[in-house]
Amino acid sequence: MTTNSTTTARRTAAPAANEDTPHSRIAARVGMTPEQLQAFGDEMDAIRQRVIADLGEEDATYIRNVVKAQRRFEVAGRALFYLPPAWPLAVASLSISKILDNMEIGHNVMHGQYDWMGDPALSSRMFDWDTVCPGEQWKYSHNYIHHTFTNIVGKDRDVGYGILRMDPDQKWHPYYLGNPVYALLLMLLFEWGVALHDLEVENIVAGRRSLADNKPLYPGLIRKIRRQAVKDYLLFPALTGPLFPLTFAGNATANLIRNIWAFNIIFCGHFPAGVASFSVEETEDESRGQWYLRQLLGSANITGSRLFHLMSGNLSHQIEHHLFPDLPARRYPQIAEEVREICERYGLDYNTGPLHRQLLSVARKICRLALPGRRSPEPAPTPAEQPLAA
Amino acid sequence: MTALTAEPIGRVLRSRLVAALTAPHGVDRYLEQFNPMWAAHEVRARIVDIRRETSAEGDAPVATLTLRPTTSWRGHRAGQHVLVGVEMPGAAKRLTRAFSISSAASAPGDEFTLTVRAHAEGQVSSYLVEGAEPGEIVHLSQARGEFTLSESPATPTNNHLLFITGGSGITPAMSMLRTLLRDGYDGHAGRRVTFLHYARSLEDQIFADELAAIAEADNGVTVHLRHGDHRFSEFELRRLVPDYADVDTWLCGPAGLVELVTDAYRDSSRLRMEFFKPSVARAAGDEDDVDGVVTFARSAVSGAAGTATLLEQAEELGLRPEFGCRMGICFSCTATKTAGTTRNVLTGEESSLPDEEIRICVTRPVGDCQVDL
Repeated sequence: MTTNSTTTARRTAAPAANEDTPHSRIAARVGMTPEQLQAFGDEMDAIRQRVIADLGEEDATYIRNVVKAQRRFEVAGRALFYLPPAWPLAVASLSISKILDNMEIGHNVMHGQYDWMGDPALSSRMFDWDTVCPGEQWKYSHNYIHHTFTNIVGKDRDVGYGILRMDPDQKWHPYYLGNPVYALLLMLLFEWGVALHDLEVENIVAGRRSLADNKPLYPGLIRKIRRQAVKDYLLFPALTGPLFPLTFAGNATANLIRNIWAFNIIFCGHFPAGVASFSVEETEDESRGQWYLRQLLGSANITGSRLFHLMSGNLSHQIEHHLFPDLPARRYPQIAEEVREICERYGLDYNTGPLHRQLLSVARKICRLALPGRRSPEPAPTPAEQPLAA
Repeated sequence: MTALTAEPIGRVLRSRLVAALTAPHGVDRYLEQFNPMWAAHEVRARIVDIRRETSAEGDAPVATLTLRPTTSWRGHRAGQHVLVGVEMPGAAKRLTRAFSISSAASAPGDEFTLTVRAHAEGQVSSYLVEGAEPGEIVHLSQARGEFTLSESPATPTNNHLLFITGGSGITPAMSMLRTLLRDGYDGHAGRRVTFLHYARSLEDQIFADELAAIAEADNGVTVHLRHGDHRFSEFELRRLVPDYADVDTWLCGPAGLVELVTDAYRDSSRLRMEFFKPSVARAAGDEDDVDGVVTFARSAVSGAAGTATLLEQAEELGLRPEFGCRMGICFSCTATKTAGTTRNVLTGEESSLPDEEIRICVTRPVGDCQVDL
């Protein structure tokens, strides 16, 4: 847990002279001098270097074991649908398979975390995941847009996904009165939200994008949706014969459980109280140090057990993931200790807390921002408001 | 185990239904979880035998590996090569290299052999010759390449075949010669075969016993082995095969030999050849300027290698490669470096591996370098 007194002291003591350059404005917000920012960036680079130099057999064995477990849960799940009394078990097994496939395997492999292995089955260029979103399109909006422009309001389309008002800097509109309802729908239909994310519907409505711009995306999207729907809602149910409706419902439930889980993990990584957002101007000509700083301030972690981290694809270490998106996620827990220690030294908040607290914080934000007001940047979190570290 | 992938099970595994059920991962991603030798589309092989070929102890020992492929192997034509992917122990990194097949043409699912020389800098070749053990699994491509014996021995179109090879370049020619002899060629149809090979020394001669036996037998094959300083000369070739420029010739060997032979053949269309790709690392300098040429092969554009990243150099040359973050995190700009040495500007790591995937936004050339863009 960072010492809040230090944080506040540094904040008030921020040298005003640094505020002319966009480069130092974010650092000044948290009371860092340009020299400190540089040193902070160097320390992050050093962590990165050390992990890259150490990649090897353990990482390979780990991801292969996760893949093996995922395939087994999948096969078991599909098979258990032939035993009607085992229906809940079948759904559980298939849900676990889909969660592992999407989170610890799909998300991370498509980040290029295992490209160094030279195995086409684990290559970001070849891999596709078990959701209706085509991996190819997701890599653009996620790996490039979201991870490069993290929490820059107006650039990072993951801030509210073009549907929600998740930041006070987003201009209020009566449409946002439905914020909690949209969030609920997005949670239930999460894979569809992710799949349609690239179409940038909100930009089309606003006239910033034309329908023709989406044309190249349709064939891949339709192909993927058809493949997923045929598999889960036609072929596998049909293969169980008279149990068709049960298997159909089971597959739909597994997809739903995966959707709810993924939505919650991801929202806890970006939208609890204390997560900062940034303007386009203050992130122009960004230094490497500031880039790291922005990733740190724009993300939040969730504490939990090893199993919990595995099931969340280690996105419970969203901070480490945003600092080092291309390092194997299994390294994040180990890196986290160092990152935290560095944050303490520089007086930076390290936003972490148990799942229920982060969830509550996200829910409060969704509801609060449905209403107008609070346009000014969020007040600096006071010790009472700040999510507590476990 | 073979039964599982044998026809008609193989046909089922390759069906559209199975593809739809296993989407998006594909059926091989499930089969491999049970047995690495089960594959419907990909090819893998178990090493069943490793035999030393040369007596020379020292620099570059040679071994012949017998591979038993998965039933997905479609066979090979004599002279073709195959990409072999080896997982380097300790690093878990799969390195892939091309090796010529040394055994006679194979049918689908047949065993075949690779004859590999362990080069000092060649991680994969050294491992296959000196580190690998029978029982290990390697990853394969299907056979590839157009340097093949393109006519049937049963229907000769001319009466003379000529092979000129140097060093390990003997391998594809040996596959052709073995195919001819296995498939009934006996020299009695009036067709001659001349086999001319250059090796560094007698101890370094690959297939020495077999070549001696072939030379000995009454089969119409003449074998000429040249060792040591005995270099190729047009004069000597003309003495052995006076009308060589009108004889179908297969040439494979190191750059020096290839150059001399191509000169001798001038415009003759009878010469077919295959090069070795030199994959030797260039001694790398520091941050200072490096001499060299960067070639963007697909666009057929090249320029002097500078200190900028490959992405910047490509853009300067008027290309528009795909890119994203420009800082090495999003992998949008990943491209294949086909030859040469590059340095990752983030890690400072240098690599001379051929056919390596690199992020061009954080990679700069170190000397000559070729990128598939």
